[in-house]
Amino acid sequence: MDSGNTAWVLVSAALVLFMTPGLAFFYGGMVRSKNVLGMLMQNIFAMGIISTIWAIIGFSLAFGGDNPIIGNFDFAFMSDVTSLDDDIPGFAFFAFQMMFAVITPALITGATADRLKFGSYALLIALWSIFVYAPAARWVFNADGWIFEMGALDFAGGAAIHINAGMAALAVILVIGNRTGHGSEPMPPHNLPLTVLGTGILWFGWFGFNAGSALAADGVAAQALVNTQLGAATGMLGWLLVERIRTGHATVLGACSGAVAGLVAITPCAGFVGGVAPMIIGTIAGIACYLALFIKARMNWDDSLDVIAVHLIGGIVGTLLLGFFADTAVNGEFDGLFFGGGLELLKDQFVAAVGVGAFSFIATYAIAFAIQRTVGLRVDIDAEMMGLDQSEHAESAYAS
Amino acid sequence: MKLITAVIKPFKLDDVKDALKSAGVAGITVSEVRGFGRQGGHTETYRGAEYKIDFVPKVSVSILVDDPDVDGVVEVIANAARTEKIGDGKIWVTDVDRVVRIRTGEEGADAV
Repeated sequence: MDSGNTAWVLVSAALVLFMTPGLAFFYGGMVRSKNVLGMLMQNIFAMGIISTIWAIIGFSLAFGGDNPIIGNFDFAFMSDVTSLDDDIPGFAFFAFQMMFAVITPALITGATADRLKFGSYALLIALWSIFVYAPAARWVFNADGWIFEMGALDFAGGAAIHINAGMAALAVILVIGNRTGHGSEPMPPHNLPLTVLGTGILWFGWFGFNAGSALAADGVAAQALVNTQLGAATGMLGWLLVERIRTGHATVLGACSGAVAGLVAITPCAGFVGGVAPMIIGTIAGIACYLALFIKARMNWDDSLDVIAVHLIGGIVGTLLLGFFADTAVNGEFDGLFFGGGLELLKDQFVAAVGVGAFSFIATYAIAFAIQRTVGLRVDIDAEMMGLDQSEHAESAYAS
Repeated sequence: MKLITAVIKPFKLDDVKDALKSAGVAGITVSEVRGFGRQGGHTETYRGAEYKIDFVPKVSVSILVDDPDVDGVVEVIANAARTEKIGDGKIWVTDVDRVVRIRTGEEGADAV
């Protein structure tokens, strides 16, 4: 085993864990003050329940055996994880992947803000982690998974995490409907400084997410780290540019949103591109994700905090652009269209995006629909008016 | 016995408080309020969506004064709170039937 590589992966696991409370603040600042604890709780609770499920069954379903669709029970309850010891310990890989499993369902909470029953939310993400995340992670991250085998690239989870969570978010909001008052009463963010704090934590943790995905402390990790920074930076610039042109102002929320959009898009590309590619990818993501904000208005979807625009569209942008910018001089076995690889990789990237997206939408819709029809997924109107802080948790965020 | 209520711009509160202290006023009660008047609201933009904010934050100052002092105190407040721009606020005076100082039980002008 290599101690340097092991140290970096262990640190990266901790960095990725930190992204989930970062996401909690990012989202928490954007909801109304009566729902801020509800939002923080949904995120922080994912750290509790998903970590536990991952140890019991999730990791095994994602990484056990050699089936291209789904894993087996070889690693259930963490049995035999040390059999994966290689360059790094099996448990380092297990822990790193655990943090990915934790944050992915948490991403969905931005779309469903202010209207999920807490117990039903717990059931939703538990089932989702087992039946949607674990298979998608297997397809993309496991060498036996069908998307991996096909030759599609996803360095740190553009398809497995962002397209997956984005399509899941759409499925759940189609089941639960819009917030009461959506479109008729203003629901501006209640505390943007929290959102800025969350953005900083996310950005910081994302270095573990992307550079850690090299699973080694090497040149690819360094390239991925630089690409991550440039993706975020140019994502911010791209978003602010369009926002300034269209509304006359460069907003703080726009700077944060653009940075996250750039981070999302650079995620699948991080260890496979070099040169100015991350700047082009980030800029395109910032612009595309801003323009994608208007999808929800046109469709009347109450994607409350824009999970579709930022994560689904950002994930698609990154996944597809990798088909143009992948460069074997940097890493990997496949060149993109701009580096002499022809259309082959772009086609595989497209299939990966559609495959994960379609599966996620259908499976998530089925789970959410089943919960809604049995124990109920959405709070009743009284609870929604009162706010989740009081109705679901019997607490208040701010003394009044 | 009168109650003077002044709704003023929040950043003028310190000026008004200092002016009232200098004028010998013994106590005021302050609350943060929101409302609309001729000043109107403003728009904010979050992720491309425009929000019309109708209510403007203001500070409300309440002062109990003895009848002969009313005009002087109103003038002190008006002078201290004035910026000559729209939204400076309003001052109004209402009759008060009875005032009691809780600690001593004093009433009327003695309690002010």
